[in-house]
Amino acid sequence: MFIIKCPYCGERDVTEFSYGGDATRAYPQDPAQATPEDWHAYVYERDNPRGWHVEWWQHSQGCRQWLKLRRNTLTHELGRTALPHEPLSPDDDEGSDA
Amino acid sequence: MIGDQLRRHPTLGGALDRSKALRFSFDGQRYSGFQGDTLASALLANGVTLLGRSFKYHRPRGVMSIGSEESNALAELRTGARREPNTRMTQIELFQGLEAQSQNRWPSLNLDLLSINGLVAPFLAAGFYYKTFMRPRGFWEKYEYFIRRAAGLGRASGEADPDRYERIHRHCDILVTGAGAAGLAAAKSAMQAGARVAILDEREAPGGWLRFDRNLIEGAPATVWLDETVAALRAADNVTFLTRTTAFGYYDHNLITAVERVQDHRAVPDPHKPRQRIWTFRAKQVILATGAVEQPLAFADNDRPGVMLAGALRGYLNAYGVMAGHKAVIFSNNDHAYRTALDLIDAGGAIEAVVDVRPSPAGDLVRAVRDRGVRVYTDSIVSHAKGGHALQACDVTPRGGGRPETIECDALGMSGGWNPAVHLHSQTGAKLDWRDDPGCFVPATAKWPCVSVGAANGDFQLADCLANGSEAGAQAAKASMGGTTATAVPGVRAFREERPHPIWEVPLGPDRRGKRFVDFQNDVTVEDVELAHREGFVSVEHLKRYTTMGMATDQGKTSNIAGLAIMARLRDKPIPEVGTTTFRPPFTPVSIGAIAGQERGQHFQPLRRTSMDDWHAENGAVFQNVGLWRRPHYYPHAQEDVDDASRREVTATRGAVGVCDVTTLGKIDVQGPDAAEFLNRIYANGFAKLPVGKARYGLMLREDGMVFDDGVTSRLGETRYLMTTTTGNAGPVMAKLEFYLQTVWPELRVRITSVTEQWAGFSVAGPKAREVLQDVIDIDISDGAFPFMAAAECRFAGAPARLFRISFSGERAYEVNVAADHGAEAWALTVAKAQALGGSVYGLESLGTMRIEKGHVAGTEINGQTTADDLGLGGMLSSKKEFIGKAMTGRPAYLAPDRQKLVGLRPVDGATWIKAGAQLIEDGAAAPPVQMLGHVTAVAFSPELNTPIALALLSGGMARAGAALEAAYPLTGESVRVRVVSPHFLDPEGTRMHG
Ligand SMILES: [Zn+2]
Repeated sequence: MFIIKCPYCGERDVTEFSYGGDATRAYPQDPAQATPEDWHAYVYERDNPRGWHVEWWQHSQGCRQWLKLRRNTLTHELGRTALPHEPLSPDDDEGSDA
Repeated sequence: MIGDQLRRHPTLGGALDRSKALRFSFDGQRYSGFQGDTLASALLANGVTLLGRSFKYHRPRGVMSIGSEESNALAELRTGARREPNTRMTQIELFQGLEAQSQNRWPSLNLDLLSINGLVAPFLAAGFYYKTFMRPRGFWEKYEYFIRRAAGLGRASGEADPDRYERIHRHCDILVTGAGAAGLAAAKSAMQAGARVAILDEREAPGGWLRFDRNLIEGAPATVWLDETVAALRAADNVTFLTRTTAFGYYDHNLITAVERVQDHRAVPDPHKPRQRIWTFRAKQVILATGAVEQPLAFADNDRPGVMLAGALRGYLNAYGVMAGHKAVIFSNNDHAYRTALDLIDAGGAIEAVVDVRPSPAGDLVRAVRDRGVRVYTDSIVSHAKGGHALQACDVTPRGGGRPETIECDALGMSGGWNPAVHLHSQTGAKLDWRDDPGCFVPATAKWPCVSVGAANGDFQLADCLANGSEAGAQAAKASMGGTTATAVPGVRAFREERPHPIWEVPLGPDRRGKRFVDFQNDVTVEDVELAHREGFVSVEHLKRYTTMGMATDQGKTSNIAGLAIMARLRDKPIPEVGTTTFRPPFTPVSIGAIAGQERGQHFQPLRRTSMDDWHAENGAVFQNVGLWRRPHYYPHAQEDVDDASRREVTATRGAVGVCDVTTLGKIDVQGPDAAEFLNRIYANGFAKLPVGKARYGLMLREDGMVFDDGVTSRLGETRYLMTTTTGNAGPVMAKLEFYLQTVWPELRVRITSVTEQWAGFSVAGPKAREVLQDVIDIDISDGAFPFMAAAECRFAGAPARLFRISFSGERAYEVNVAADHGAEAWALTVAKAQALGGSVYGLESLGTMRIEKGHVAGTEINGQTTADDLGLGGMLSSKKEFIGKAMTGRPAYLAPDRQKLVGLRPVDGATWIKAGAQLIEDGAAAPPVQMLGHVTAVAFSPELNTPIALALLSGGMARAGAALEAAYPLTGESVRVRVVSPHFLDPEGTRMHG
């Protein structure tokens, strides 16, 4: 039962959010130019890391914002949340808080 | 000795209100007790020591403890629908008229025929069930009935729970679990610092061992400090003080769940109160002051009624005034248990002996006991407890060996030392450290902001509990809200206690007889652990599962450490290297009713009803649940069944006109300058050039190229669209659209809003559909002005409305959306007009029949494994633009000719129903295994064709047109010969809907 910090709504219970999968993969910038390998990587290849990961979560019972969340899959510690356009990587140093 | 509370001390018993006598019954026998008693203390006061039978051997058992760790004294409480099995008598508060039954005995507690198990005990050792009944294969089914019958504990009532339960959520700065000395001290200093504090205790009264032990605080009985502190906490605005409340689970981010037994202490709950309440605390800081559990010693027949934990023996005396024995023996490895001897002597009892495993104990308490003339057997053990239904004597043997001395006694207090109640700490995944002195596991670094204090942290001296608790409360207040206050710690006289000798089991006596129980509730003995070790089980987790040690409802609170210690001896390793088992929630059993809370029956989940729901109910609709919605399945007349009703509804619709509630379809308002571009990227077919005032069927793919959803989207204005989705996908489609707009194409100037609930929707289908609507719609709906696939905003009988000329049934059809507030009257008006023209309402069954007749796909075909091509919709995919899923549509596997594709089926005999879910095979007579070619996805009876029909996904699809196959349903042994036909059974050219 995590508490997730929504950039708009503040700290809210995880039950208000929906999980949206791996946020370290990006939709190909130019779909027409993307190779089959690019698409394969985007659609199918997913890591299942033991430790820090960045995931999509939607505040579905709140402001409906999709956000990136840094989460430790081993310990359930949560790191920073970020809006979609903001960079966030699994080994983020937690320098600034969203 | 039975009855009349002959074991009650005339003055002792701080928990009792002697002005309130209570009557109760146990196994039908009537007794009396006092307000403040537990069922265990009241039975002990009446001299009743035989309270139950053990799980496996049906051995006679009495009460062992004074708390929630109890593993022997389990009862069925109450009768009828409120009957509750496996309740711990040590936690049941006595109430007027309480009825309890002993468990696991037949025919009676005194004469238990199944105790024969004890005579064949060698065959019931660890792993017995696995070894004996699993071979030969198949025999388990024959044995299981008898084994389960013999082994069960209590019985559930089998009736619906008549009581109410509720849940409550609370945030606090500091949560303190346990209101003993350490917890109260912590709560007090946190309260004084101004923090929002919640403090919980599982007992009916706070105080923990302050009530069970005799102590002085600031020179006065500890209960004075206790009462003052509790009063101050209860009076404080910033403190929530809950008793009868067990913290049972500790989850991520300092979430603690607790169950409050609000009305369990009454025969029948107050009608305005819940029976139990689940609390969910989210705390900035957690202080675990859960105390410690005294450990038993494993000696021969240590389960005889009359043998109990030394602390329990004095606790029953001090709190409940119960002299459990007049001739007691104490068997201990530590100084602390000597308190029991002192308390019993001071209350007028006799201590026959104190047996201490240590060679030369000389602490303050030991000397005090010796000073009272009690014989202390040092370097000795109790090797055997004697007696049947009640303890009569025990053998005392020197540790080095020698002749046992038999001492007559009616109570035996054993103490293997205390083990911190680390369960909540451990539930978070945090580790434990082994502490050599006094020989116990203590919490290591906590995972969340949390600290363990007092006995829960291995600090057993009262002075330490008060000082450490007070400090922890101040520190937690500082951490959660800043600032701090110095708190005064009351003075306590400390006793000099010597180090306990770490021992949990002792050898059998010279007679080599008796059972040394480690886990009393699951009847696991020292021999069972040794056997498991001999058979190669070295991991603690394997040991636990093989012997079932620690797996009963007491979760091994009094057995896990002993089991570890025995395993450590056998493996010749220190205990911490052998490891610990994992503790999981709940700390003590929690009723299903409490967990369900208010969410039962119709409150289990919300029910979504359309604007027309009342009309449906009043007109006899049979409902079907679709997600959270309920929708009319069919509207039976008189004795009609679903097939009769649907046949009538379909015939009326195709012959005249039908009206169907389609409010549940998802509706999404899409607006913005880039709305057309957005839809064009989302849908697989083109949307860029859809003119204003037109509707278009759209197909959405997933990123992997499979079909996601379909629906009609209309252009209501230059920058405004209304998208519809299937009922089931309304939520997922909305979330997906938001995902693309927010994360992939943030540059698109588009806003979307779900308007599903703002508009009531119904379709009007059939040759007379226009006749029904033309007078109530304020726009021209002649075919020239409003042709097939037209869309417009309009007014329906004056109400805001939208009209779409679209068809799912294949007939001339209109879909009306009307502002939800006007839905009921618009529907009633439309239905009246339709019925006047010979039409009908229709439900989901008829809707399904008509879509099958037309070969339109729905959820059973859009199953996540079908491509557009599989569904016969491949021609819709645009080659002129990019859209979600496009890149994947060309994958070789998606183009394989043997893919399962949509086809129609008709029974060869023209009459037999085809079963939905039936497997399609070539030859019904072939012996298995046979190749499965596909399956039937939807079936109906077509009134117009006068035959059953079906849709199916078939390998090769329409390449098999004309072939005869078998639709086999092995589950019921049914099989139908079917012919593969086009899925468009009726009007394949669509002339009807185009009008
Ligand atoms: Zn939010």
